[in-house]
Amino acid sequence: MLQRLSHLLGIEGLTQAEILFILDQAKPFQEFQRVPLKKLATLRGKSVALAFFESSTRTRISFATAAARLGADTMALQADSSSLKKGESLSDTIRTLEAMRPDGFVIRHSSSGAAEFIAQRVDVPVLNAGDGMHEHPTQALLDALTIRDRKGKLEGWNVTILGDIVHSRVARSNIHLLSKFGANITLAGPPMWIPREFEAMAPNVRRTACIEEALEGADVVMVLRVQTERLHEPALSPEDYILRYQLTRERLRLARPDALVLHPGPMIRGLEIDPAVADGPQSAVLEQVTNGLAVRMSLLYHLIGRAPADAPHPAKDRSNASD
Amino acid sequence: MRVVEKRQLLSAEEISRTLKRLAHEILEKSGGSADLALLGVRRRGVPLSQRLAKYMLESAQAGVPVGTLDITLYRDDLSTVGPQPVLQSSDIDFPVDGRDLVVVDDVLYTGRTIRAAMNALFDLGRPRRIRLCVLIDRGHRELPVEAAFVGRHVQTSSTEIVEVRLQEVDAEERVMLVDRVP
Repeated sequence: MLQRLSHLLGIEGLTQAEILFILDQAKPFQEFQRVPLKKLATLRGKSVALAFFESSTRTRISFATAAARLGADTMALQADSSSLKKGESLSDTIRTLEAMRPDGFVIRHSSSGAAEFIAQRVDVPVLNAGDGMHEHPTQALLDALTIRDRKGKLEGWNVTILGDIVHSRVARSNIHLLSKFGANITLAGPPMWIPREFEAMAPNVRRTACIEEALEGADVVMVLRVQTERLHEPALSPEDYILRYQLTRERLRLARPDALVLHPGPMIRGLEIDPAVADGPQSAVLEQVTNGLAVRMSLLYHLIGRAPADAPHPAKDRSNASD
Repeated sequence: MRVVEKRQLLSAEEISRTLKRLAHEILEKSGGSADLALLGVRRRGVPLSQRLAKYMLESAQAGVPVGTLDITLYRDDLSTVGPQPVLQSSDIDFPVDGRDLVVVDDVLYTGRTIRAAMNALFDLGRPRRIRLCVLIDRGHRELPVEAAFVGRHVQTSSTEIVEVRLQEVDAEERVMLVDRVP
């Protein structure tokens, strides 16, 4: 099913069927997280280069754990200790890593398009763990899995995304994914952070500066992190932001009673989200993390586990191989 | 790959009789153990294990739990098969620790599937005992694996294939020996 894909660079280019396949294949890995001995030999002998040029804790640990549980080894490049600080170009850094013959790359970089740039220059699969403001496909996939599990289906929901949309690759990937499944998407936050162009991303995407209006009738509420360093852009103090855009209990009551609350993390409790909401029954933030592990294991299994195109296929001739 | 049918090994009636006999044998040789459980290996081991449990209940009122095991993640031929095989879920709703397990599959051949099944089981816990029940043992073992309960032993050559068709999976019911057409 994923034969067409050598890499996972973004959601935009995926079909509905491919997305559903990745989610369906994440299910055995969700169950796997409950098994006592979480160590497979499926990707034993394979190594995955985790090239995180931008700092990340949760995504990096999630990919590292996914690889380890599949039995693969990892080569970890981290932003702070990166030779990029010493002036090495991105191509050179990647060539250096490639010379150690990894079986795949997981890339996080602060420039949009970095994942594709790298994919064009290496012979092994590349998974995008977030490139600039462009896409964060595994986040959208784990969000979709969480929505489908909690709400029973993925199609046709009213989804509200709150916060700093313009700088968010999470928002972009989610808009691409959910619109492929007929969602009605409302983007809300300081107008400065929600350009008109976003309405052109897909049918049924609208913007509003009024959070109350955005929340009315919402089935899924996705809260984005607010970077305090960026609050000067809409010229808001943290107190103003809280007053006008925080997802409080009262505001959440405007959404449907069974509305799901998602946050990609890390959360700033008391800023973009009321702690009571973050910890409340409608919040699925911890499930998002577990589902992230399952989705990433599913992707590593299918993209990196695959044999090279010219490998012999003895299993096709193999009689009575377990199917 | 083209195949030609050489002969039928088991008819629907014979499959049914064989399974009833196997169900009986398993119960006899398990000393009425309360911790007996059946595990069907996907795909065709699953309906077989479910039928065995049904016969055990009907003939001896023995309610033996049944689970399903998907061994795809434990296969030893993954890096040579091209696109990754699609995963199914395992479904075992009882703990494996201390259990007297009977793994059920349709055909025992090289033994690699059973090796993978054992690896999967050891990741889930520590069974007291694992035995194997198969409908057909066709020889040609590549690993030291044996079945305690065998429906029928069949001599085969390495080009031949034993094809098992079960109602639940294939909408027909029989076992044939087929050969590859050169």
